[in-house]
Amino acid sequence: MSDKIPVTVLTGYLGAGKTTLLNRILSEDHGQKFAVIVNEFGEVGIDNELVVGADEEVFEMNNGCICCTVRGDLIRIIEGLMKRRGKFDAIIVETTGLADPAPVAQTFFVDQDVQDRARLDAVVTVADAKWLADRLKDAPEAKSQIAFADVIILNKMDLVSEAELREVEGRIRAINPYARLHKTTKCQVPLSAVLGQGAFDLDRILEIEPSFLEAGEDHHDHDHHGHDHHGHDHGHHHDHGHGNGGGLKHYHDEEMQSVSVRVDGDMDPDKFMPWINELVQKEGPNILRSKGILAFRNDPKRFVFQGVHMILDGDSQRDWRPGEKRESKVVFIGRNLKPDDLRKGVLSCVA
Amino acid sequence: MAAKPQSLADRVTPIDAGEGVIAAGFFGAEPVLALANGDILFVGGDARRVAAHPGAGILLARFMNDAIVTGGDDGRIVETRDAGGAVEIASETGKWIDALCLRADGAIAWSAGKTVRARDTKGDIKTQTAPSSVRGVCFMPKGYRLAVAHYNGVSLWFPNTAAEPEALVWRGSHLDVTISADGRFAVTSMQENCLHGWRIADKKDMRMTGYPAKSRSLSWSHDGKWLATSGAEACIVWPFDGKDGPMGRGPREYCVRPSRVSCVAFHPNGLVIAIGFDDGWIMLSRLTDAAEIFVRSSDKGGAIATLAWSLDGKRLVFGAEDNAAGVLDLPA
Repeated sequence: MSDKIPVTVLTGYLGAGKTTLLNRILSEDHGQKFAVIVNEFGEVGIDNELVVGADEEVFEMNNGCICCTVRGDLIRIIEGLMKRRGKFDAIIVETTGLADPAPVAQTFFVDQDVQDRARLDAVVTVADAKWLADRLKDAPEAKSQIAFADVIILNKMDLVSEAELREVEGRIRAINPYARLHKTTKCQVPLSAVLGQGAFDLDRILEIEPSFLEAGEDHHDHDHHGHDHHGHDHGHHHDHGHGNGGGLKHYHDEEMQSVSVRVDGDMDPDKFMPWINELVQKEGPNILRSKGILAFRNDPKRFVFQGVHMILDGDSQRDWRPGEKRESKVVFIGRNLKPDDLRKGVLSCVA
Repeated sequence: MAAKPQSLADRVTPIDAGEGVIAAGFFGAEPVLALANGDILFVGGDARRVAAHPGAGILLARFMNDAIVTGGDDGRIVETRDAGGAVEIASETGKWIDALCLRADGAIAWSAGKTVRARDTKGDIKTQTAPSSVRGVCFMPKGYRLAVAHYNGVSLWFPNTAAEPEALVWRGSHLDVTISADGRFAVTSMQENCLHGWRIADKKDMRMTGYPAKSRSLSWSHDGKWLATSGAEACIVWPFDGKDGPMGRGPREYCVRPSRVSCVAFHPNGLVIAIGFDDGWIMLSRLTDAAEIFVRSSDKGGAIATLAWSLDGKRLVFGAEDNAAGVLDLPA
């Protein structure tokens, strides 16, 4: 393991319960020490000497990449915090309710000094079960925060009925089927569900299946998820809100969607690499997150990649196991994605 | 040709700082270290400590006339003298001190977020709000004027006038700022692994690019004609001897090594540069013939964080990120 300091980014729309979660993390007896970068200084009621107020200054990098924005204040604060290494085990960055998580995340891939010393662990989004569905309609920031999340804490469960829950969960899954979702009241989640996620760790990109297909989480008894037609599947669902006996409602979000493409067999790296690079150059502003596990021709190892807007990060991972099916899967979450073009693009890279 | 470089390693006295060293300097001939845990460590005959920032950390330190001024993550500016102990100069509640500079006459300037303050020798404090967070401040050699680095350029501010600061504009995030001794050039380090400069008279831009990393350590030669910089696998030295500075001219490279230069310090009265590296090595190099002298190697490889010469140029103090420090005594 590297000795890079893990950084958890805490987002969520105004009033969702970010501060409640933060105070829980800081007050619980877990033996870990945190440096906390907050936006509204003074809201954190815990006496912690390493609470730092930030200004959320987003600026563009002069690298010709228009969506390549970073948080200048974060670079400065992490530089300062690293002078006190040893005083804390992890960093938590709380963003304002109206913040776009992308510049925070991109800071960890663009600034070399930050990258050398810290690693992004996960983007955790706290959502208000009662009001999220409304905010997704009128607040673009709320939608970005859901789309960007690795972990979603669906908070204030005590305020919603079963039907409302199905509604809001369906709305979340229409945008982001991959995040781990935890339903809570007063942010009472185990901290192991929030911290130490390794969501940006290429070694931990093992499977990319929609999280809600995992057993045990929901009693979804609908029988037509996935839409697997030879070689690709739709990650977004065309079934508009038909309740089917307690199952998860299926929605289609007109603006923000996810698209996944699966290919049986090998891909040609000489086709795929130029294609994905050109894609994020062109469509980067609309693609919030991307991830993939690829079987490249003549390569015994799995190739994994992930991206935030235009920034891609990829590496060879473990060997394909004997008997393991060599298949490639690519997932995009973004705004106004063109599923047919993306699918066609991926399929054009088949070896 | 490739003669083995001379070594001064046996003239280095190690100091165990016990903490990360933020800055090192001298009170006369006595080495003084500013430590990450908020202490000032005097390393003379009997080591003494002053808790300048109790319970907090030092982010920045500047030396002047046997005084050290520190800015901490407690938002305080503190002046420490050997006899007088630590005296608080100012406090920015709830903020960090992001930039700090001193002037020979005792004036002090600092920034916290967008707020920039200049305190003159009488203790009068003037305040200016920069267009964005400030990362560097530097007094100009003539007049009571401050250069302030921020996003999209540098502001030149006369604290004692109500006039709007003069703007030197260049797109991007500017970090440290330094002014040549003749007051003609302003140079900043940038987020994008380069330096940017302006000839102040006509605001002509100078791009100083090609670094593989940020260049955060900048040091002028005593004659003001050369600027040594960190951020590459050699010390990059830019010429400022002509009226155009480095415009249209390339830099020189000294001490090419397979490690990045983290810190540089020109000798106070000779054309010799002390060069510290990411792997803890220190070399001296002479500008005129690029002769190299070896000072320190390191197995553990904590990056050299600070290098400073005594005023007479006979001693060199250094501090590293791995709590190591030391002082070199040049042969008489």
